[in-house]
Amino acid sequence: MATATVAAGGVPNLNIKADTAIPPKEFVGVLVDTTRCIGCRSCEVACSEAQSNFVPDTKNDNALEKIRDTSEKQYTIVNRFETEKGPVFVKKNCLHCWQPACAAACLVNAMLKTKEGPVTWDGDKCMGCRFCMISCPFDIPKFEYSGWNPRIMKCTMCYERLQEGKKPACVEACPTDTLMFGQKRELMEIARHRVYSHPDKYVHHIYGENEVGGTGWLYLSSVPFDQIGFRTDLGTIPYPEYTREFLISIPLIEFGVPAFLLALNMLTDRKDEVREEDGWTETGADK
Amino acid sequence: MNTAAIPTNELVRFAKFFLQELKPRGKWLTPFNVISIPVILVGLVILYFRFTLGLGAVTNLSQQYPFGFWIGFDVMTGVALAGGAYVLCFVVYVLRIEKYHSILKVTILNGLLAYIFYSGALLLDLGRPWHIINPIIGNSFGYNSVLFLVAWHFLLYTGALFLEFSPTIAEWAHWEKLRKFLTSMTLGTVIVGITLSMLHQSGIGAMFLMAKPKIHPLWYSEYIPLLYFVSSIFGGLAMVIFEGTMSSKIFSNLIGQKTHHSHNDIILGLAKGAAITMFVYYFFLAFIFMHGEKWTLINTSWGYWYLVEVIGFVLVPCFMFAYGVRNKRFGVIKTAAIMTVLGVILNRQNVCLIAYNWYVVDKYYPSWQELTVTLMVVFVEIWVFRWIVTRMSVFSKE
Repeated sequence: MATATVAAGGVPNLNIKADTAIPPKEFVGVLVDTTRCIGCRSCEVACSEAQSNFVPDTKNDNALEKIRDTSEKQYTIVNRFETEKGPVFVKKNCLHCWQPACAAACLVNAMLKTKEGPVTWDGDKCMGCRFCMISCPFDIPKFEYSGWNPRIMKCTMCYERLQEGKKPACVEACPTDTLMFGQKRELMEIARHRVYSHPDKYVHHIYGENEVGGTGWLYLSSVPFDQIGFRTDLGTIPYPEYTREFLISIPLIEFGVPAFLLALNMLTDRKDEVREEDGWTETGADK
Repeated sequence: MNTAAIPTNELVRFAKFFLQELKPRGKWLTPFNVISIPVILVGLVILYFRFTLGLGAVTNLSQQYPFGFWIGFDVMTGVALAGGAYVLCFVVYVLRIEKYHSILKVTILNGLLAYIFYSGALLLDLGRPWHIINPIIGNSFGYNSVLFLVAWHFLLYTGALFLEFSPTIAEWAHWEKLRKFLTSMTLGTVIVGITLSMLHQSGIGAMFLMAKPKIHPLWYSEYIPLLYFVSSIFGGLAMVIFEGTMSSKIFSNLIGQKTHHSHNDIILGLAKGAAITMFVYYFFLAFIFMHGEKWTLINTSWGYWYLVEVIGFVLVPCFMFAYGVRNKRFGVIKTAAIMTVLGVILNRQNVCLIAYNWYVVDKYYPSWQELTVTLMVVFVEIWVFRWIVTRMSVFSKE
């Protein structure tokens, strides 16, 4: 009788209905079709305005003349590369890796891969060690070297705007549909469709599909990616994997080595043999 | 016994005793003081600007080189060269080789001060040092970070070194019961300390595992944690030889006759240990080199620089140690020790600064302010070392 009561009381609770379960969430990302970009740099302006950073004067600063990098003042920049197919404009910012090296490097979880997909930074936790900068294969996190209370500066995919149901500022500002916001699975299908339907227009590669284990931002190009400032030697292994074996070995060493050392200490105990000899002292005794 | 009354009386006595001990002894105008005091004062001024205007005001750090001389030299090299403490603890307490007991206390003291000052120099380099409590008090644990491991092991090992040295402090303060209690804990502390050392020495190497695309392939390998661990053994031993030689000259009045005589015997033993570990290290390097098929990289300027480090500052001092031990040539051993220390410094600078982002045009070089602050840290450490050894019985009096 008792078992029946338990069963009757217990089983219904375990029967979670499918419709009450939380719908599966997917990481979001952005597809960048570099063949569409005209280098207007509206995204740079929109980004800096949304994030209260330095707003560049895109009309007069001639910034496209040289290759730039993102900085502690700007989360995103557009570069112009002269290629065999004419000039190609490429927007650069954080790629929001599936398994980010910066978040794995951070000892205080200030760099965080949010469950929505963006990689964000928390200034209340960060101690400014800059190990994220060492670890990021794309050299994205930037540090404010001036000022007593420096921040790590990087694109957050406008995490706060996403929370409000908006798109990232750069995506919204893009006049040519170069940028497309959505879930990576959908973006991959669109990207593949474009590559397959226009094999003469695109190289047969989607940057970010597998690079460093996959990234949130995906890139299409008309020329090989190494010609437009992308590193093509980063591999497809997620960067945290490189430290995984070492981290696994820690508990093994922490338990194994002391036992081994203690055994060695007992093994070398020659107290009884050499007690009479001159100069013998107890282990640990001060001389 | 009225245990409650003891602490207050005892604390008053200790406070008086401590103030008494704090007073300087000996001459003020020594060459070391004349050089070190201005450097320390300038260093303090630099640190004032560093903490008000930011790191960029005094360092040459950049977005390409987030780790500079303060990390690459003070912390990474300082910790590697402090490895002598755990190696000697292993030899004396675990293997029970009593020959080295007379230099143990001073080696542990050197290790303790190195950890306090050189890993303490990390605080100068952190952008938001007041957040250093975050990974300690537990409101934000990044378990999957190698640096989390290194930070905790730094902290615990500094504590272990302090416990290992604490009987000497208790003896100095005339706390006999406490000294006996602390001494009884030594073996346990030593075993924990060796384990912690193995993990954080290799952990510093593991910090560069994710920097794979940035470090020149001659210096990067997945075995970098192993290389860092092994090089901390012979780097530590070489440093013990070097420091021992310096101490026996500078503080000769504090060292007993018997110890003075056994000093040569100790140096021969340490040199033998260094020679063997260095050869093992060289073998690892050669194995990694051949296994990684890095032959094509050697006939470049980076390749020659690599050979300078591996042949000039590993293999050559390794054979010099062996030669010096065989023929009892102490001059050769001491030169080899200095070369080995330079070799470990060179290796850490190569991985952290020189071969890091090797393709970048704007290379990093330390600013004079960074060098001055580093020198300041070294000088302050020597001041504290001198204060302790002239007051506590660190050197063997026998």
